[in-house]
Amino acid sequence: MSFLQLLWFFLIGVLFAGFFFLDGFDYGVGMATVTLSSDEAERDQMVRTIGPVWDGNEVWLITAGGAMFASFPYWYASLFSGYYIILMLVLVGLIIRGVSFEFRSKSPMPRKRIWDGALGLGSFMAPFFLGVMFISMIQGMPIDANGNFHATFFDYINWFSVVGGVALTLLTYLHGLNYIALKTAGDIRQRANNVAQFLYWVLYLGLIVFALMLIFMTDFIKVHPVAIITLLVVMVVLTIIAQVAAIKGKELTAFISSGLTLVALVALLFIGLFPRVLISSISPRYDLLIQNASSTQYTLTVMTIATCCLLPFVLAYTIWAYWIFRKRIAMPVVTEAK
Amino acid sequence: MSILSLARFQFAMTTVYHFFFVPFTIGTAFIVAIMESMYVHTKNESYKKMTKFWGNIFLLSFAVGVVTGIIQEFQFGMNWSDYSRFMGDIFGAPLALEALLSFFIESTFIGLWIFTWDKVKPGLHAFFIWMTSFGSLTSALWILTANSFMQHPVGYAIRGGRATMVDFGALLKNPQLWFEFGHVILNAIMMGGVIFAGLTAFQLLKKRELSSEARTIYKKTMHLSLWISLIFAIFGLVLGDMQMQYLVKEQPMKFAATEDVYTTTGKHAPWTVVGIANTKEHKVEDNIDIPDMLSILSYHKTTGAVTGMNELNAQFKKKYGKNIDYYPPVNTLFYSFRIMCAISAWIILVSFVGLIMSREKSGYLYKHKWTLWILALTTFLPFMANTAGWFVTEFGRDPWTVYGLFTIQESVSPNVSVASLLTSNIVYFVLFTVLAITMIGLVVHELKKDPTQMIEPKFKKVLDPFDKEAF
Repeated sequence: MSFLQLLWFFLIGVLFAGFFFLDGFDYGVGMATVTLSSDEAERDQMVRTIGPVWDGNEVWLITAGGAMFASFPYWYASLFSGYYIILMLVLVGLIIRGVSFEFRSKSPMPRKRIWDGALGLGSFMAPFFLGVMFISMIQGMPIDANGNFHATFFDYINWFSVVGGVALTLLTYLHGLNYIALKTAGDIRQRANNVAQFLYWVLYLGLIVFALMLIFMTDFIKVHPVAIITLLVVMVVLTIIAQVAAIKGKELTAFISSGLTLVALVALLFIGLFPRVLISSISPRYDLLIQNASSTQYTLTVMTIATCCLLPFVLAYTIWAYWIFRKRIAMPVVTEAK
Repeated sequence: MSILSLARFQFAMTTVYHFFFVPFTIGTAFIVAIMESMYVHTKNESYKKMTKFWGNIFLLSFAVGVVTGIIQEFQFGMNWSDYSRFMGDIFGAPLALEALLSFFIESTFIGLWIFTWDKVKPGLHAFFIWMTSFGSLTSALWILTANSFMQHPVGYAIRGGRATMVDFGALLKNPQLWFEFGHVILNAIMMGGVIFAGLTAFQLLKKRELSSEARTIYKKTMHLSLWISLIFAIFGLVLGDMQMQYLVKEQPMKFAATEDVYTTTGKHAPWTVVGIANTKEHKVEDNIDIPDMLSILSYHKTTGAVTGMNELNAQFKKKYGKNIDYYPPVNTLFYSFRIMCAISAWIILVSFVGLIMSREKSGYLYKHKWTLWILALTTFLPFMANTAGWFVTEFGRDPWTVYGLFTIQESVSPNVSVASLLTSNIVYFVLFTVLAITMIGLVVHELKKDPTQMIEPKFKKVLDPFDKEAF
């Protein structure tokens, strides 16, 4: 395994972590738009908190996909063709929520509700099915010598993968609630905080079930015992910090903690996989490895240089954009400017 | 229905649909940026209203363009996994760069643009839309880098059963890329002009009283749009002609098919204006020819032979050794090419005549309904021309995905079932239909608004969302 292969495995992890940290709260806010609001004005207020940034956040997923294609084409090809229907559902979710922002802001009233619904539904579908995908993936899938999946329904949908989907959805929902509490003023701020405080109790339960299933249904704990246990502990500690911060009204701390919980989850998945990228349940010989799933040294070098040149700018203007939109969003007054 | 045909149908459907909105977005973003720059330059409020009014149309296209684009990136792995394995080393890098360089810029700055009207200085606000435009223009460059390699592979070596990159610079220097990029960009901007001119015509056709300011805004839009469509359509035509001369040399099979040439012509090649290719017997029937014209079109002189598909097919069989025929779908190419060229010529004519008619003195354009109707109906033509153009490019590559290296047959995901493919085809089709209907409905809805009422309502001080800081 070369240094560049290792670097790109790490960078794919970073991109997914960035995606879940950033787009994670978008999904949470999207779901909260349906579940937490009492009227259209509040929905506008919530959507407004992510309105300027959600699109940039989603690009983290596009970049992760593109980078995976470029640096680990065999991983990309096997994973994406193997999870055909699941990824189609993720795409449907991303599509209906992606257009809903523009469509709801321009639709007259009764029809606007349809796109509010699309925003909520899409924001649920994306993290749920991504969770199902990642968690079924780490259990090992029937992958043949050519890297092709021959999976049946229950390989995709089983207790653990559903728990994974629910857990990821819950994490993004909480992350979104923390973001709403951080970014709004008025009624909704308090309500988001209250719901979050309660949901953390559910999350503890979810984390325990998740940890037990991870221990018994994957080989992660055997392969990397120290790292996996450490990360599970980190996730619990971060959850406790987030809950305490939410109770004390330290909204920024709560938000960052819930974001870091998602980052820790991605770290858990990637470290558990290492040095594999896909686990074959047919035979360990068919596992896709970092070593044999990657692009050539030349392509990885080109990608590394390009990333080093471009990523600092991306981070700079992204942070600048967040800085420009740093103010809290009050109840919108006159409806959004047309 | 086979895996292959379903996967191909889905790819065609999703890319054609996506490409309705891509040039629409690129073109309108560019023109909206010009409008806003005119506002910054002149400080004339009318330009600001104009920017906002047309900006809303652009945003609708942008929204649909973005979401349908995500499918494309996933689709290579989902439907074409063996292609992804073969080509990933080369194909992935431009896609990743597209995301890293273009999509981040585009999506971040469009967020800034939408939400900072009157909150930042006008010059900075205009900078946001220019950055968005820059992002969309460069995204075309990266995806076409990938496409150009498929049309004309360069800077690669076949190692271990896959194509590997040996020279990234060669990918960017690929002449195919710069023809494609120029072609796409020029015509996208032209399309923006045609759309805005056409929608303006619709606005003026409506039976209602317009304030004099609204009339001025529409007239200014018309003038600007027609100039843009005229200039860029002419450049587009010139570039298209250069591209065809390149094709004669580099992709003779595609060229021969677009011109219905089965048997190699003599020194004076006649040009088939219309005709029907008999693809079984490899000959052209019911054709109307113009003598020497094909030589003129191909080489800009009256002599020059064009190699026919029969001869090329024999050459390819020898060269690639596969036991297949290499004829692309001839009639599709032939008629797509003619549709594209006819629309291009029509747009040049309409823009030119429209500009003359819209001069202050005569104002003929605005006094007669039929002239406005012609412009209004022309709105829809660039969509057809774009699709036809891509048909020529992509069907003309048949039976290859990567020219000379990898066939379409070899590219498809072997493990995705017919049931899965059928499901996704239906799901995307239904989804696209809903999006199209909604989008058209919302464009109509936006057009009902009065451009002079485009000023943002002022927030009351207490409720100003920019009041308290979150962090």
